[in-house]
Amino acid sequence: MSSNLHLNYFELFGLSPKFNLELATLESNFRKIQSESHPDRFVTASPTEKLQSMQLATLANEAYQTLKNPANRAKYLLELQGIEAIAETNTAMPLDFLMQQMEWREALEDATSAKDISALENLLREMQQEAKLLQTELGLLLDQDLLLNKNTDYTSATDATRKLIFIDKVYADINKAIEQLEATL
Amino acid sequence: MALLQISEPGMSAAPHQHKLAIGIDLGTTNSLVATVRSGLSHALNDEHGHALLPSVVHYLEHGAVEVGFNAQKQQNIDPHNTIVSVKRFMGRGLKDIDVSQLPYRFTEAGGMVQIETCAGIKSPVEISSEILKTLKTRAELALGGELVGAVITVPAYFDDAQRQATKDAARLAGINVLRLLNEPTAAAVAYGLDNASQGVYVIYDLGGGTFDVSILKLSKGVFEVLATNGDSALGGDDFDHRIFCWILETAKLSPRKAHDTRLLLSKAREAKEWLTEHSEANISCLLSDGEFVNLILSSDKFIALTANLVQKTLSPTRKAMRDAGLSIEDINGVVMVGGATRMPQVRKTIEEYFKQTPLTNLDPDKVVALGAAIQANVLAGNKSDEDLLLLDVIPLSLGLETYGGLTEKVIHRNSTLPVARAQEFTTYKDGQTAMSIHVVQGERELVSDCRSLARFELRGIPSMVAGAARIRVTFTVDADGLLSVSARETSTNVEAHIAVKPSYGLSEDEITNILKASFNCAEADKKARMLAEARVAAGAILEAVTVALATDSALISVAEKQAIEAEMQRLALIKESQDDDAIHKGIEALNHATEAFAAARMNASVSRALAGKNLEDINL
Repeated sequence: MSSNLHLNYFELFGLSPKFNLELATLESNFRKIQSESHPDRFVTASPTEKLQSMQLATLANEAYQTLKNPANRAKYLLELQGIEAIAETNTAMPLDFLMQQMEWREALEDATSAKDISALENLLREMQQEAKLLQTELGLLLDQDLLLNKNTDYTSATDATRKLIFIDKVYADINKAIEQLEATL
Repeated sequence: MALLQISEPGMSAAPHQHKLAIGIDLGTTNSLVATVRSGLSHALNDEHGHALLPSVVHYLEHGAVEVGFNAQKQQNIDPHNTIVSVKRFMGRGLKDIDVSQLPYRFTEAGGMVQIETCAGIKSPVEISSEILKTLKTRAELALGGELVGAVITVPAYFDDAQRQATKDAARLAGINVLRLLNEPTAAAVAYGLDNASQGVYVIYDLGGGTFDVSILKLSKGVFEVLATNGDSALGGDDFDHRIFCWILETAKLSPRKAHDTRLLLSKAREAKEWLTEHSEANISCLLSDGEFVNLILSSDKFIALTANLVQKTLSPTRKAMRDAGLSIEDINGVVMVGGATRMPQVRKTIEEYFKQTPLTNLDPDKVVALGAAIQANVLAGNKSDEDLLLLDVIPLSLGLETYGGLTEKVIHRNSTLPVARAQEFTTYKDGQTAMSIHVVQGERELVSDCRSLARFELRGIPSMVAGAARIRVTFTVDADGLLSVSARETSTNVEAHIAVKPSYGLSEDEITNILKASFNCAEADKKARMLAEARVAAGAILEAVTVALATDSALISVAEKQAIEAEMQRLALIKESQDDDAIHKGIEALNHATEAFAAARMNASVSRALAGKNLEDINL
């Protein structure tokens, strides 16, 4: 029926499938699509048009959220290659990253029990820096190889993606801890 | 073939006729109605020149109802039957409300509180519908015609139950709801279009009974909500209550009867308003037992009494900032909305927090209704100079009850609407053909700390071994912020039957029953209402398709166009019959005939947009 609904997220926004996206173009194309498809544009339309508007606007929101976030974008790029970055069968992590994870978790717990919000905020900044490094790595792995016509190293890309997803989770947990501490102040 | 001429009252197909649409701010303390005339949004006044309608409803013995100022005069005289701040009860159960200080006789039905009045038991939905009816009548008189519909505002932090209750109230009042719009977003529209602003704005909205904070990114007519937070039980009423408690304590009064409570609360409110521009307020009144209260409240004392209420608004503010990933320096402006933001201590606190002077140039009582009217005008299809698009979010996460009474989030707070998410479930016993699913809303880990929205029974699952069935449940939240659920067994593709047991919300039958009870109407009227609604729906789709064909018929073949026109003619004929079922079938048939056309139109408009052309460039 509506062919827009079967496009992949990059096609939907008229973008080529790359990790290093031009976020400004993504945002402006997202707005253009919402301007045409949002249910507010179809309040007096027929039920069929309302349904299609709802479906396309929902897809555009989902696609935008996925491509906007670097971890989700990398995960989605891998999915397009048939790779499930966080499949249940795919749980191995390099030892050094596991150690790093435990350190972050410990730091989070210590700062939380000490009610030290500024320590938590420092931890947030540390995670942000770590995430930036991984994003640079992913850009090289997923985009450069494409340009140089090499075979992409999907194993490394999957590893980096999973690290990034993990960092997002810890990041959210730190924010939650700050929120709870502020609530008790 | 000649195009059909269809004209419904207030819904004429003539493309350039201005459609009458209104924005309603259904507030805790006051309500308003506004509309766009000659390109400008205006509040509509009553016959005495008042724009504000006190949100007070007074029930009389013989079934008559007073709303507004007349009802307000009754609140000290007849407190049991005079309902103030009913918005606080919308979609709320007895356990959510502190009933000890309120003069009403409460009961509960269908998960929502009900109030016993001399005119019978009234739900908050019915009470609110009285306020809405009054505003609707005011608008119809002022505009001299039938309304296409209304945008009704709700606090951004209202959950699904509170939103549903608001929509039900509008239906009871006979209002076609074009959209439920979040109050801070409405305020942003009124401000944004006035000031032609770009950038990131914070809307701080402290009303009579609710607090919202929304962070919006404005650019070229698109208002994108980045995050919203709030407290749906915090507002100006709480400041009155602090003064009330101070009076009881200072004058050493024992707990009071309803009359005195209401009187003292009115005095407290007057003192609060007086202190906005004065350094002390005199509180004096005569109580029912002859005791005379005469006190002086200084503004310093008032600030001290309410300091933690003001502080309480900062926590949601910080959360919204964090969810949006922003810091204070990123904020281009802070807009103050709601009567309670007139209090100097509120303005001062916000000014200090955001390190900038908040914007207060629009009347904080009216700005929400003015914004709602602008959106109503756009939704009704009136062409405006400004291209306006609102992208709002869901304020609270939606989740499911999992093992051990824990919540698993399915849709996260601050997701842009509309949003849909599917979740797969499986059976845990051989031959299991049913399962129950509990949907909750809130941020807490435990189901018992979240609001229960609905329990769904999935029945008709094909009998299989444990774990073999795959039931895909899809949660959809529409642009009104309202949830709906559908389910499908994916391994056999059987649509599972869903028995919905909503914890709240009115069914079609309940709506009809309430209407019947209130108008004392007979069974025949139910039929008449169904027929009238079917005809309006038929008129609406005929008009929509007429307009679509007039602009885009090049997208389909001549044969397809003829097929659509044949269905239109058929429906236009059936529409004049007395058979509402047949009309609905005709609508369905026309709907079906236009599917491919609708898809082609959508594709074409999206392609045009991505190619860098706007609709106005194409010159439809």
